[in-house]
Amino acid sequence: MLKIGETSMKILGLAWWKWLAIILPLYSLTYGMLIDVPALPILHETIRNLFYHVTQWFGMMIILTASLVYSIIHLAKGDRRSDIIASEGINVALFMGVLGLTTGMLWAKHTWGTYWTGDAKLNGVAMGMLVYLAYVVLRGSMDEEQKRGRVAAVYNIFAYVMFMVFIMVLPRLTDSLHPGNGGNPGFGGYDLNDKMKLVFYPAIIGWTLLGVWLVNIRVRLQSIKENRLIKSLE
Amino acid sequence: MKNLLKTLVWLMAFLPVSVFAQDVEMADLMHENGKIYVVVGVIAIIFVGLVVYLISIDRRLTKMEKEEK
Repeated sequence: MLKIGETSMKILGLAWWKWLAIILPLYSLTYGMLIDVPALPILHETIRNLFYHVTQWFGMMIILTASLVYSIIHLAKGDRRSDIIASEGINVALFMGVLGLTTGMLWAKHTWGTYWTGDAKLNGVAMGMLVYLAYVVLRGSMDEEQKRGRVAAVYNIFAYVMFMVFIMVLPRLTDSLHPGNGGNPGFGGYDLNDKMKLVFYPAIIGWTLLGVWLVNIRVRLQSIKENRLIKSLE
Repeated sequence: MKNLLKTLVWLMAFLPVSVFAQDVEMADLMHENGKIYVVVGVIAIIFVGLVVYLISIDRRLTKMEKEEK
């Protein structure tokens, strides 16, 4: 039987970190639109996307990292709970990835004039998403629980390495249009001023926690579902 | 030699200006009009709405968990 229910401390009926998941994104959504930002060519006001698009991708990558950790725990302990957390983490990360791709495409249309280019960063992200989609397909194709858990966990380790190479390493080895890659005006030292950091870092924590909240809901639902299945078999 | 040095100093003095003084278009008008607050308001309303919905789902799930125990 899986453990049901939450363990974290509650404030006004809601786990304490969920309040942070509300306050921090709300703060970055409003304050991030109002502060002064450096005027840079090409980027113009869209430099504010740093508070939303970029931080959201960071949140996704943090959740993927957590999923990797739970996969490793699953391999070490063989418990069902960490397998469920790892897989639900990837489900939510994929959802966040779709949001990241959509926001990026909207931005690209208005900056580069097209929704999609054959850029190393863009194609890398697309391939990375496919790698994780394969995880969902692979895990969903197996019925036997222990085997499914172990195969999925091992694949997750490969997927993580491939994803990070595709989106972090390869775009920096070649020329890329994406801000911050291949010598383009972006979010490196000189234009991320102290004021922007004040929004940027809380935003990363905020979007990550919001993603974790979604994972939390999916894990709890899945736990109830699996427990009911076990009960019905008894 | 002296002239060259002079030129270099002048160049260095103006280099940053020539790089940064380009007219980069920003949404200054929107900030001046105060209309930006409308957009911020819309964003805040949407986000709060989503969060309220998320909380209600969370509550329902907690209730379900209690029934399960």
